[in-house]
Amino acid sequence: MSDTLNFFFLLIGNGVLIGLMYALIALGFVLVYKATDAINFAQGEFVMIAAIVVSAALQAYGAPLWLAILIGLGGMIAFGFGLERSVLRPLLGRPIVAVIMATIGLAAILRGVGPLAFGTGVRNLPLPISEDPIFLGPFFLTPVQLVGAGVSLLFLAAFGWFFMKSRQGIAMRAVANNQQVAMAMGIHVERYFALAWAMAGVVSALGGVIWGSMLGVDVQLALVGLKVFPVVILGGLDSIVGAIVGGLIVGIVENVAAGYIDPYVGGGTKDFAPYALMILALMIRPYGIFGKRTIERV
Amino acid sequence: MLNLNNIEVIYNNVVLVLRGVSLQVKEGSITTLLGANGAGKTTTLKAISGLLRAERGEVTKGSVELAGQRIDGKPAHEIVNQGVVQVFEGRRVFDQLTVEENLIAGAHTQRDMGKVRQRTEAVYSYFPRLRERRSQLAGYLSGGEQQMLVIGRALMSDPKVILLDEPSLGLAPLVVEEIFGRLKRLQQEERLTVLLVEQNANLALGLADHGYVMENGRIVLEGPAASLRDNSDVKEFYLGISEHGARKSYREVKHYRRRKRWLS
Ligand SMILES: Nc1ncnc2c1ncn2[C@@H]1O[C@H](COP(=O)(O)OP(=O)(O)OP(=O)(O)O)[C@@H](O)[C@H]1O
Ligand SMILES: [Mg+2]
Repeated sequence: MSDTLNFFFLLIGNGVLIGLMYALIALGFVLVYKATDAINFAQGEFVMIAAIVVSAALQAYGAPLWLAILIGLGGMIAFGFGLERSVLRPLLGRPIVAVIMATIGLAAILRGVGPLAFGTGVRNLPLPISEDPIFLGPFFLTPVQLVGAGVSLLFLAAFGWFFMKSRQGIAMRAVANNQQVAMAMGIHVERYFALAWAMAGVVSALGGVIWGSMLGVDVQLALVGLKVFPVVILGGLDSIVGAIVGGLIVGIVENVAAGYIDPYVGGGTKDFAPYALMILALMIRPYGIFGKRTIERV
Repeated sequence: MLNLNNIEVIYNNVVLVLRGVSLQVKEGSITTLLGANGAGKTTTLKAISGLLRAERGEVTKGSVELAGQRIDGKPAHEIVNQGVVQVFEGRRVFDQLTVEENLIAGAHTQRDMGKVRQRTEAVYSYFPRLRERRSQLAGYLSGGEQQMLVIGRALMSDPKVILLDEPSLGLAPLVVEEIFGRLKRLQQEERLTVLLVEQNANLALGLADHGYVMENGRIVLEGPAASLRDNSDVKEFYLGISEHGARKSYREVKHYRRRKRWLS
C-alpha cells in the first residue's frame, strides 16, 4: 500500500479510537439529558475533577491504582447523587434556562475548586500500560489509546444493555418519555434523576482516568468536555447509539482534517473542524442522526 | 374498599376545586363518576392516586381510605404499591417505548420477575391485539390499541383498584364496547375494583354497579346505576333524552346546563 493511503487509514484508525473515548464522555451528557431534560454544561469539568481525584489518590496518598480508580468512581457517584439532591432537584419544573445556568455556574466552580484543593501543577496519571507505540508500517498507534477505546466500548455496550434490556433502564426511559405517567406507574421519578447523574459520574470517572493518562491532569483537561457538544448534536442529544456514532464522526473528522490541513496552517484544525461539522449538521438535521423526533400519528 | 370522606382539594394554595367530596367504591364493584367538563372528576382521581402533589394540588380536608387505612398525603409510588393505580385520560402511552416495554414499566413496583412475566401473559390474554404488537413502538398503535395498552399497563402492578379516566374518549363505539367488555371480565375474573370516570353516561351506567354525579366540585347525585339511568335529570343531561322522549341537541343541553344546577 502506498504511504499516502496508509496515512489516510492511520488517521481514520486514530480517529476511531479517539472517537470512542469522546463517546464515553458524551454518554454522561446523554444520560442526564435523556432522563432529566437537563443540559449539563459541566460534563468536561466532571471529567477533570474525577481525574484530579484519581491522580491525587495515586500520588499524594500513594494508593494503588485499583484503589485510586475505585475512589474516583465512588467519589463521582456520590458527587452525582449529591448534586442532583442539592442543586438540581430544587430547580425541577423551573425553566430549562435555570438548569443550564446552574450547570454553567457549576462548571466555573469546579474549575476553580479543583486546583485549589489539589494544586495547580500538571499531574500525570500513569497507567500500567506499555508506552511503546505499535508500529503499522511507518506509522503507529499508542497502546493507551487502544485500551482507552476498548474500555469505552465496553462501557458504552454495558450502558446500552442497561437501557434496552434491564427493568431499571426501561423505567428510566419511561421517566424520560413522560414523567407524570411514569409517576402514575409507581416509578420513583426523582430516584431515577439521581441515578442518571450518578451514572454521569461513573462515566466521568472512567473518562477522567483515560483522558487524564493521555493528556495529563490539570484544569485544561476540562476542555475535552467541549467536544461533547459536536458529538451529541451530530448523534442526537438523547441517543446512546447516537453518542457512539457522533463520537466516531468527530474523532475521524478532526483527525483527518488535522492530518491534511494542519501542515499548511500550523495546527489548530482539530479544535474547530468538529464545530464546523456541528453547525452544518444543525442546518440539515436539527435533532441529530439518532435523536428522537416526537411521534405524530397521522 | 375505597372511601373518600368529605375531601377538599386546593391547587396552588388558592384554587378550591373539590368542595367536600364523599364517595365509596365497594370491593369488586364498578363505580362510575359522571360530570360535565371541569366538574372535578380527574382531580378526584388524582387525590386518590397521590398525583396531585406533582401539580401543586393538595387534599386540605377530609381523608382518603383504602381498606380502612389512610392513604391521602402518601406519595404516588407508595399508593401504587398498596394497589391503587390511575389511568390518565387521553391514552398516555410511553410513545417512545415498545408495547412490551410499556408493560414492563407498568410493572415497576413488582419485585419478582416471574410475577412480571405472569402479569404480561395475563394482559396479553385480555388484550390479544397487544401481543401481536408487542415489539412495536406504542406511539404508532391505533387509538383503541393505545387505550388497551394503558389499561394493560396499569394492570401490570396487579392493582386492587384501578382508576380509569374517560377510557371511551374519542374511540369508535365498537372499540369502546370491546374495552368495556374486558373491564367487565376483569371485574368478574380478577375481582378488580374499578372507579370509572366518564362523560358517556349511557355507557358508563350500563357497565357500572353504582354511580355518582359530580358538579362544581361536589357530588350532587348518587345511586345504583340502574336507578340513575331512570333519573330524569341524568337522562336529560347525560343521556340526551328529554321527558318527551326526543333527543336533545348537544347545544340545547349545553345551554340548559349553564342555567340549571343539580341541587338547586
Ligand atoms: N393543576 C391545576 N391547577 C389549577 N387548577 C386546576 C388544575 N387542574 C385542574 N384544575 C381546575 O380544577 C377544575 C376541575 O378540573 P378537573 O380536571 O378535575 O375536571 P374534570 O371533571 O376532570 O373535567 P374534564 O371532564 O374536562 O376532564 C377545573 O376548573 C380546572 O381548571
Ligand atoms: Mg378530566
